[in-house]
Amino acid sequence: MVDADGAETSPVEQSAEITDSLVDAAKEAFGDDLWERRLAELFAFFRRRITGAYEVDDFGFDVELTERFLLTALRPLAENWFRIDVRGAGNIPSVGGALVVSNHSGTVPIDGLMTALVVHDHANRFLRMLGADLIFRLPFIGELARKGGATLASTEDTEEMLSAGELVGVWPEGYKGIGKPFSERYQLQRFGRGGFVSAALRTGVPIVPCSVVGAEEIFPLVGNIPSLARLLKVPYIPVTPFFPWLGVLGMVPLPSKWLIEFGKPLRTDSYPAESADDSTLVGNVTDQVRETIQQTLHSLLLRRGGVFS
Amino acid sequence: MGRVVLVTGVGRDFGGRFARLIAKDPVVDRVIGVDVVPPPADLGEVHFVRADIRHQVIGKVIADDEVDTVVHLGVAATTSSAGRRASMREVDVVGSMQLLAACQQAASVARLIVKSSARVYGSSPSDPAKFREDMSPRRMPSSGSGKASVEVEGYVRGFARRRPDVCVTLLRFANLIGPQVNTMMTRYLELPIVPTVLGFDPRLQFCHDEDALDALHHSALADVPGCFNVAGAHVLTLAQAVRRLGRPHIGVPPLALGTLGSLIPQLRQADLSAEQISFLTHGRGVDTTAMRRILGFEPKFTTPEAFDDFAARSPAAAMHLERVAELERQVATLIAKARIYGRR
Repeated sequence: MVDADGAETSPVEQSAEITDSLVDAAKEAFGDDLWERRLAELFAFFRRRITGAYEVDDFGFDVELTERFLLTALRPLAENWFRIDVRGAGNIPSVGGALVVSNHSGTVPIDGLMTALVVHDHANRFLRMLGADLIFRLPFIGELARKGGATLASTEDTEEMLSAGELVGVWPEGYKGIGKPFSERYQLQRFGRGGFVSAALRTGVPIVPCSVVGAEEIFPLVGNIPSLARLLKVPYIPVTPFFPWLGVLGMVPLPSKWLIEFGKPLRTDSYPAESADDSTLVGNVTDQVRETIQQTLHSLLLRRGGVFS
Repeated sequence: MGRVVLVTGVGRDFGGRFARLIAKDPVVDRVIGVDVVPPPADLGEVHFVRADIRHQVIGKVIADDEVDTVVHLGVAATTSSAGRRASMREVDVVGSMQLLAACQQAASVARLIVKSSARVYGSSPSDPAKFREDMSPRRMPSSGSGKASVEVEGYVRGFARRRPDVCVTLLRFANLIGPQVNTMMTRYLELPIVPTVLGFDPRLQFCHDEDALDALHHSALADVPGCFNVAGAHVLTLAQAVRRLGRPHIGVPPLALGTLGSLIPQLRQADLSAEQISFLTHGRGVDTTAMRRILGFEPKFTTPEAFDDFAARSPAAAMHLERVAELERQVATLIAKARIYGRR
């Protein structure tokens, strides 16, 4: 081995130099005091990943991957790009099953991811998202969704999760909400048939209304290509002022200012479990939740002022 | 007088092991094992009858020995020879029909236990996370052993309607796994490089073969009618399972996987049929609440435990674990050395 001065260096010295720079890098990344423990943790983490010695739950939720990678990757987007203000995080029950019901918007379901991150960071719980089967049909996206704690929006899975004491997130507007034109922003669409209310009634868990302001402006949807959408078997092909005209650049979400508010939980345990089949009651509760979210959206919009402020 | 048990499918390793197991039970007087091929190992006290269950001779066997318990294992063929697969499935379906017809004639038969498979649920992106026994598949298995199992289950239900006095127990097993198991799934997992479906990491559930034997044994004596999923608790994802085996895996587009499967001889052994590819894409989980609560059976192994028991037979896995741990130790030592060096 020959170094820059032409002097011989032993492999031992050389490897020591390499580790020196490694240690310096570790100190830089983790801080002076903690680096040793953090580094050991990181090693253990990689060993678990490589040897498959980690755990996933029955739905495919990988806690370790979610906390270490998925949420970490989303955090800068939430904090620096959308500058999310969170209100009413105390309304999220700290233990036990509960159903977070939110409005849906933004052409792609970033609002769901942001809500999950906010719930984790402000209420210290994982939001188990319910998604359409389209998500689970897509390569990579479906895989990440399951690992991030999502499952199929079906009665069976919802009730299973709620009775296991999970915090479940649902977006009852579905495609109608997320794919609505920009001109209809902040107008809640129909809340399906109230299946989420039935599930909450059957399991007796509270419903937490959640209102998200800001996601409507990230990809302003001005058009759709229905023929191509049918061909690709997706609900719509979005056309925004920037997509598909600018290609990949058009996929960058606009930096709108976000506000997320969690409302007072609506208790369902006062109703008997059979009331889940009472369509009048289910309809009434659905309307009540929808009305709460719509009103909160209006008041949040007034509070926000400018779209990018 | 003790029980007289007839076991089909003893020509396979699993069937033979079950026949020997139940023959040891004190409440069982006599065990008759039936298959078209002689058993690979000595069956001990089991009385072997070489017969094709597609022929009426089976009815005579049942009548002559006054069989009261029939355990039908000749379903969901896990054949080793790729070419005979289709005809084996035919044997299974037609054989099951004939066996059920023979049971229907025999007044002595009081209970029927049928080994089926969780494949009857199919695999699709619209599946619930865990199938309960009363849920129907979102996408019917249109071919392969899943379809054969669906057909056999149909005949079993028909039999249960015609003979309401017989206690019929149908067990839907998750993929069997264990050091002694050799199925298309184990052959797939033990490929030198495991090709997976690009962009998907399916959830898999396993049942240890010893648990499967115990579940059948339990059902044969418990007299609990109904249909039950049998599987170890929890799930593993495919990537996780392959990593536990210490093997590399590589993502392949689903269409290419089918083509590769028929071109490469090693892959042909692993039987990458359309059914298997959709299973390797979307995976499957089953709910085992009924197994615990109603059937009253508790498996010894969870899914990860069963899988690790299987992985232990593979030398690569043990080496792999040691190697990764060794690497971690080396790096840690290096850093410790560097710190001492740095202080100087």
